[in-house]
Amino acid sequence: MALVTPDNSGLRLFTRYAVLVLVAVIFIFPLLFMAMSSLKPDQQLLADTNSLRAFLPVGDLSFNNYTDAFARAPIGVFVFNSVVITGVTVVLTLFVCSLAAFSFVFLDWKGRDVVFSILLATLIVPYETIFIPLLLMASQLPWIGAEGLEIGWLNTYRVQIIPFIADGLSIFLFVQYFKDLPRELIEASRVEGASWWTIYRKVVMPLSGPVIATAAILKFLFMYNQYLWPLMVVQAEEIRPVMIGLGYFTDQLNVPWGEVMAYLTIITVPVLAFYLSLQRVFIASVASTGVKG
Amino acid sequence: MKVGVTIAALFATGLAGSVSAQTELSLWYHGAGSANAEEALVNQLVEEFNANQSDWKVVIETFPQLAYNDAVGAAALAGELPDILDVDGPVMPNWAWANYMQPLGIDEAKLEGYLPGPIGRWNGEVYSVGLWDAAVALSTRRSTLEKYGIRVPTLDAPWSLDEFNGALEAIAASGDFEYPLDLGMAWKGEWYPYAFSPFLQSFGGDIVDRSTYQSAEGALNGDEAIAFGEWWQGLFENGHVPGTSQDAADRETGLLDGKYAMSWNGNWAALPVVEAFGDDALFLPAPDFGNGSKIGAASWQFGISATSEHPEGARAFIEFALQDRWFAAFSDGTGLIPSTASAAADTVNYAPGGPLEVFYGLSEAQALVRPVTPGYIVQAKVFEKALSDIANGADVADTLDAAVDEINEDIDSNGGYGH
Repeated sequence: MALVTPDNSGLRLFTRYAVLVLVAVIFIFPLLFMAMSSLKPDQQLLADTNSLRAFLPVGDLSFNNYTDAFARAPIGVFVFNSVVITGVTVVLTLFVCSLAAFSFVFLDWKGRDVVFSILLATLIVPYETIFIPLLLMASQLPWIGAEGLEIGWLNTYRVQIIPFIADGLSIFLFVQYFKDLPRELIEASRVEGASWWTIYRKVVMPLSGPVIATAAILKFLFMYNQYLWPLMVVQAEEIRPVMIGLGYFTDQLNVPWGEVMAYLTIITVPVLAFYLSLQRVFIASVASTGVKG
Repeated sequence: MKVGVTIAALFATGLAGSVSAQTELSLWYHGAGSANAEEALVNQLVEEFNANQSDWKVVIETFPQLAYNDAVGAAALAGELPDILDVDGPVMPNWAWANYMQPLGIDEAKLEGYLPGPIGRWNGEVYSVGLWDAAVALSTRRSTLEKYGIRVPTLDAPWSLDEFNGALEAIAASGDFEYPLDLGMAWKGEWYPYAFSPFLQSFGGDIVDRSTYQSAEGALNGDEAIAFGEWWQGLFENGHVPGTSQDAADRETGLLDGKYAMSWNGNWAALPVVEAFGDDALFLPAPDFGNGSKIGAASWQFGISATSEHPEGARAFIEFALQDRWFAAFSDGTGLIPSTASAAADTVNYAPGGPLEVFYGLSEAQALVRPVTPGYIVQAKVFEKALSDIANGADVADTLDAAVDEINEDIDSNGGYGH
């Protein structure tokens, strides 16, 4: 039996931290490259890619790329749109999918298992394969708005939100998590006369922080990175999301790399902020469910 | 009394409204985010058209070029196309064939005197017209050619294949430059068929057999095409040109920095060469590899969507745009070549004696539009991959045979593309 002495425990700790620092550095390098490159003129940016200078704030640094990027594209509009579209979708997804999962786990209804199996089967269908029929449907759907009955959802916020609210993965995550909650809590609540709605609201959801964080982060990333769907359904500049905005920085032949890096840095901020705000619960969820982000 | 006055006022307002009401026409344009003056000029064109007549009001929606063609495809599927479309010349036949567009219906007499590139024809009808074109030339310095005893070619007497190869070898042997020639390999996509397929055509081959547009057999893998492919591969093997991993920054400034002796580049990049080299700057015609000198043609053009409910309005807008003053304004703003000689005379760069006058001559004498077929959008990608592979050492005959097979399969699977 090996003895843990103060000496080798310190060495282990050092080794562990060294490995962690190395991994952290590897993961942070792309972000560092992006942020540093956003401060450099194109010529220097490209020249620096041959050395470690690419990751360092050296050379001719300025915020010119940011100024030029804002002059080239309505970045504020794109970020606002993406934050609104993503935020609303995440909130509605958490509500709708957790309710669906609650029904699958705690309510007893005919055909439940079959419906759940069908739902699971949808997990293997990539969104891209259904985009064309979805586009045709969206172009014919009715909507009652401020101007009365309208036909067609194209060129709206709702066409970027509603098709993505309910999804199999989020429901599956909630189902798996709800299954591990102590049944006694639910049964005790029922004995006390609580309604299913009350149990959902006051018992189940308050205990579901980790899965809420996981589902929220996964949905946030999916929605924030949407490109193909908004490309197909949105024509008006004022409701375009950030990924479409990236196209403003390329033409047939030339790419202003400094501006691209500035734009990417700007649009990465909401993602980082959202992830960092949920980091603790997300990691707890990963540790308990084995779900990778 | 009050009621009577109100009704009269409402009636008058309604009448005035109906008199001044303009029917809205939507226009989609590909240049969102473009750093040059093109977008501002398109907006100015729209504003002037709207102000100059009372029937139509064009409303413009701009898209990033990267997303534009896909957005049009999706809109066509959903029945949401605009009235007026901006379309890249070589893509137009595909959109016409796919029923995204309808013939322009303008009097072709109005298009007399135009360069060949800005007029988009499909199945014998004009579907699109552009306000400008672009041309490619060999940019270099007179002093460089003189130093190595190389003849200065002209439009009437361009370099032959042997002369061109000799020039490259002489420059390479001097060791004065990293490479004798920059082909722009840092650029991808449409640059390949636009800039390099004219070399193939000058050798006597082509991307597809233009007599039928039903096959690439013989055109892309015949003796002439193989001769082209071997010459192309030799450029890279002999170290005469940078490879496919060329640094984008070198492409931008390599000629000016003295890394390259010559650069195969467009008129849009010519002014910095004039500024840097002054009278020493030369823009040379494409070499004649046996079947005449060729350069690419056709740029962005305006057309009318197939679903437009107001084609007469869309036509009115396009006809308004087809004026020399707009050609000249766009040319002065963007550096592109105006569609007519009369407009060129009014420009800063292309007027007689202007710094880029030579490009108008090149466009007029050497321009060849890319294959006019709906299958071009697939053929362009196949051609790009084949040239890239050959540049990186792939077997020439096998690569071209594979490209022919891929193109022919695509033509077959699309029922011959309506030719």
